[in-house]
Amino acid sequence: MLTHVWVIPGLMTVSFLLILFFGKRFTERVTSGIGIFFIAVCFVLSCVTVANWVQRINHPIADISADVALVTQPGGGPAPIAGQSDREAIVGARRGPLEGSIDQLVKAGETTTPASAEAATTEAATTEPAATEPAATEPAATEAAASAEHEAKASPIVARWTWFEWGSLKFEFGFIADGLSILMLFTVTAISLLVHIYSKEYLHGDVRFTHYYAFLSLFSAAMLFYVTSSNTIQMLTGWELVGVCSFALIGHWWEDKKNSDAALKAFLTNRVGDVGLIIGVVITFYAAGATSFNVLHINQYALSPGANQTLLLVGGLCLFGGVTSKSGQFPLHTWLPDAMAGPTPVSALIHAATMVVAGVYLIARLYSVFYEGLNIGANFVNYIAVIGGITIVAGALLAFVQTDIKKVLAYSTISQLGYMVMALGVGAWTGAIFHLFTHAFFKACLFLGAGSVSHAAHHTFDMRKMGGLRKFMPATFATFIIGTIALMGLFPFAGFWSKDEVLAGSLNGQQHPYVLMLVLGVIGAAMTCLYMSRLIYLTFFGEYRGHGTPHESPKVMTIPLWILAIGAIVLGFLNLPNFFKVGSFDYTTRFEHFVEPTFAFPEINHAEFNVGLAVGTTVVAGIAIFVAYQYFWRRKSVFLGLRDKVRAFAWGYKVLENKFYLDHLYTDVVVGGVKGPVARASYWFNNQVIDTVVNSAGRGAVASGRALYTQVDQKVIDGLVLSTGTGADESGEALRHMQTGRVQQYAALLFAGVAFLAIILVIFV
Amino acid sequence: MKSFLDSWGLSLATFVPLIGVAIMLVIPKAEEQLHKVVALVTTLVTAAIGVLLLVNFDYSHAGEFQFVVDKPWIEFINSRYHMGLDGISLPLLALTLLVVPLCIIYSWNHFPEPRNPKAFLVLILILETGMIGSFLAEDLILFFVFFEIVLLPMYFLIGVWGGEQRQYASIKFFLYTLFGSALMIVSFLALYFLTDKVLVDGVAMHTFDMQQLPLAAKGLSSMAAVLIFGGMFMGFGIKVPIFPFHTWLPDAHTQAPTVGSVILAAVLLKLGTYGFIRIAIPILPGAAQSWAPWIGLLAVIGIVYGALCCLAQTDMKRLIAFSSVAHMGYVMLAISSLTAIGMNAAIFGMVAHGLITGMLFFVAGSVKERYHTLEIKRLGGMLVSMPHLGWILGITTMASLGLPGLAGFWGEFPAILSAWDTQFGHVGLFRGYMVVAAIGTVLAAGYLL
Repeated sequence: MLTHVWVIPGLMTVSFLLILFFGKRFTERVTSGIGIFFIAVCFVLSCVTVANWVQRINHPIADISADVALVTQPGGGPAPIAGQSDREAIVGARRGPLEGSIDQLVKAGETTTPASAEAATTEAATTEPAATEPAATEPAATEAAASAEHEAKASPIVARWTWFEWGSLKFEFGFIADGLSILMLFTVTAISLLVHIYSKEYLHGDVRFTHYYAFLSLFSAAMLFYVTSSNTIQMLTGWELVGVCSFALIGHWWEDKKNSDAALKAFLTNRVGDVGLIIGVVITFYAAGATSFNVLHINQYALSPGANQTLLLVGGLCLFGGVTSKSGQFPLHTWLPDAMAGPTPVSALIHAATMVVAGVYLIARLYSVFYEGLNIGANFVNYIAVIGGITIVAGALLAFVQTDIKKVLAYSTISQLGYMVMALGVGAWTGAIFHLFTHAFFKACLFLGAGSVSHAAHHTFDMRKMGGLRKFMPATFATFIIGTIALMGLFPFAGFWSKDEVLAGSLNGQQHPYVLMLVLGVIGAAMTCLYMSRLIYLTFFGEYRGHGTPHESPKVMTIPLWILAIGAIVLGFLNLPNFFKVGSFDYTTRFEHFVEPTFAFPEINHAEFNVGLAVGTTVVAGIAIFVAYQYFWRRKSVFLGLRDKVRAFAWGYKVLENKFYLDHLYTDVVVGGVKGPVARASYWFNNQVIDTVVNSAGRGAVASGRALYTQVDQKVIDGLVLSTGTGADESGEALRHMQTGRVQQYAALLFAGVAFLAIILVIFV
Repeated sequence: MKSFLDSWGLSLATFVPLIGVAIMLVIPKAEEQLHKVVALVTTLVTAAIGVLLLVNFDYSHAGEFQFVVDKPWIEFINSRYHMGLDGISLPLLALTLLVVPLCIIYSWNHFPEPRNPKAFLVLILILETGMIGSFLAEDLILFFVFFEIVLLPMYFLIGVWGGEQRQYASIKFFLYTLFGSALMIVSFLALYFLTDKVLVDGVAMHTFDMQQLPLAAKGLSSMAAVLIFGGMFMGFGIKVPIFPFHTWLPDAHTQAPTVGSVILAAVLLKLGTYGFIRIAIPILPGAAQSWAPWIGLLAVIGIVYGALCCLAQTDMKRLIAFSSVAHMGYVMLAISSLTAIGMNAAIFGMVAHGLITGMLFFVAGSVKERYHTLEIKRLGGMLVSMPHLGWILGITTMASLGLPGLAGFWGEFPAILSAWDTQFGHVGLFRGYMVVAAIGTVLAAGYLL
């Protein structure tokens, strides 16, 4: 199965096509049945893949079947994965001949294309599609002793074909199977399956039921395609495809102008980030020797001693532009809350659990580029970590002032994505991916719970019209609470373990602790507790403020909720820190063991479990919850009425209500400017300047033609002709006298004429 | 079969449409149905010949000319009837052969006023000959003749079957292109007279042969080369069209009948870029390097400017026309990088643009047929009232804005890719162009959605 992961996105594509072309003829039941069936098969296959991968790691096999092309180490060179001790040497050497290969490549390119291809092959590290094992890498410092063998055997499996070639440039088509991609396969198929089931009821009777399921399938296909891509071009394709599906699904109810505007905003904001992504792909491609888009190849290059760090930095930052928009990082996060205009299951699947983590996945996949480019290993502050940190706090702040339950969750998602990005920024790779994994489950649980609430409370998402729902819908309430505790990061739910790993990673850092990130992370954790308490209070406690009688949702909706809730409880144990290890049985850090790449991956420093930190964050969370309890439940708090008492607070509230005025900046200033004055000015230039030149040239030509005609043609030439005419008349008169009828005289005149012409010819020609 | 194709294939592909024209001329005007059938059959036969050519093409030697015909034509000036098909002309030939039958099928029941199918179809067939011939000609004079053959039918298509301002549009189109052509022929003649002589049957003569000229032009002084390139630049650049010589395009597109717009966008614009790739750059590579930064500059201006003008449009056809300016900007950027990737990107971009924009104009035409307006604001809810057309429009739009996986992307992305690494200096400049071009993709999303 590991060599055939392409089957999984392929199946979902089939599902999409079936629903798209035949969906109209089917009943709702059949349509949703097709979707559920295919995603269920994909889920099973993903589980098989997971099993295969676990097998592969636990029992390394020596031989790889011949049809699997493995990416090899750079020809002849030393293995790029160096141990901790070599790291200094690499960093030192990098200051020297770092631009060698690229410069030579450019120079060589001045000759002919084949020559430059030669140069590229010899100068830069290149990959050969040979089925050989990578050379044994040096043992990693932090891994157990057995890992040297494990590293050599558990390299990713890449099945790839040459798609087409342009001279020296090969476009590949390939699929990668390693811990990361398989984890994503599992996560996406699991959540997608539950969402497919849930939607059957939620979207029951919708006008575009077929359309919905078709796009859900297409989205799953695109997302699975994205996470299994072995090269950046394919990733770009998947990335944009999920964007389109997101666009279509946000605008699912496009009759309402608000929804189609939200869809448009999401798409356009993402396009802005994509500029960075496209340039980043180009830069990494050229940086790594202009021969391959393969991610492993690019990672290998980034880790090689001769890597051009400037290019990596620029490339990494450009790629991060894409991450900023897709993963809702500050300041391009504005589309994500608006995207909640789509159906709720879509919000759960696309805008919480899967698509928005595409950016996080991108960093994780090309981690060597970011790690080396931003010098994460030797820093105590860097761009990615800072943006992640800001996003945590900014998202959490904005979550406070929302009245729409889904928007609170959306801002919460932004904040949590900030954790993931920050974790990657501080080198806590496993923490980031682990958080991605657990977050997918508990946030999907929360979103589907919100959907269930709205289903009950007359399709409103306004928390002011809810309240007291815990009595009417116990199942939804219970699962929602579980999801909330997980999100708050309380022991021992899933969120605790993953968030703790991120914070411990910040504290630990690589060479220096990332103190600022730690502080932002802890503040974020406290704020999460606050706004989630508010949400719980407004929705489930107090008196019901809406109309009608709310009711519990049917089983089709609550069962997925329970499954996700169980996930929110237990999944954290997958990566228990070594601290909890008792006896010799291997049950701690399993996640890290199976998921973290060992091939073409930087040597990162793993943080150990820190009891003080864990207790500290728990205490902070406890205080936050207590404060919230006092404020909302007991209505006894110093913070009550603060908005009226303190002006700064009121002002801050206004800023938050206006979402930091970013929307005004984008919509009114940037978009309005480009669409309005700038576009009109261009068009004015087109019509008034260029066309005036053209038209006046035309008119000038016509005018001069007319002048030529009236003045020259009619007067001068015709004048001449006419005067010749009159002249002829007169000369005719004269000639008549000469017409004497005498042949000799004619001959004489003829001769004279010929002689005259001859003289002219002789003289002038 | 192969030997027959070798000696006759290209000539047949070029002139079969003219045979159709000859047949149609003797059929009386009133027999509309017969005219349509003859025209369609003619184009289908041409397409069949094209398919045979494509099948028999030796793809492992795509860099060489195949099915070559090389016969003396105007011996006095050593202009030859020299035709060939290689990897560059092949996709464009295929594009032409696909688009023209579609146009005839499209107009089957929808001849624009003042109808007259006979004249309309005859013009389209003549147009086809001109287009195919241009892509196959290997001799400058021959190329020029075909290049100009294209001009007249298009002029009449716009001028007779066009919209309200057809007079203005058609004359603008005609004069613009003719102006370019004039400079182009001067350049051709200058090339002819200034380059070294080659031996023809033992006699040293000047040559118009595209394959011999690159060698013969080696001795040209760089100043002369730059000037000659300038002439060709005007000729081809107007056709592309490159900013700021593009203003004929929106008018022509808006006024032309649907079929005219489709052919104009899908094939005619490609004559310009094809000219750069086939003639200007191979023959004068040195001059191309001097010109490249400027061409690149105009290309990226075109990208951004075209997109901005799109944003200001309310008319669908005009919008598509300006989007053509932007897309051809990508193609020109790729060409101006003068790299192998760039050339491939350009050719792919040309075909992709031909398909996408052709499609968009078909849709626009159909919309106009039904709604009698092309005001974008009044076209809401298309997906409800005509789901198929709506879907087609949606997918084509996605392709047009360069969504990866669809055709537009493979023209756009490699174009951006190629600008990173030019091989003749100006690397920093072109990287700047690259960034601007990438920003252009956002604007594209802005105006298309």
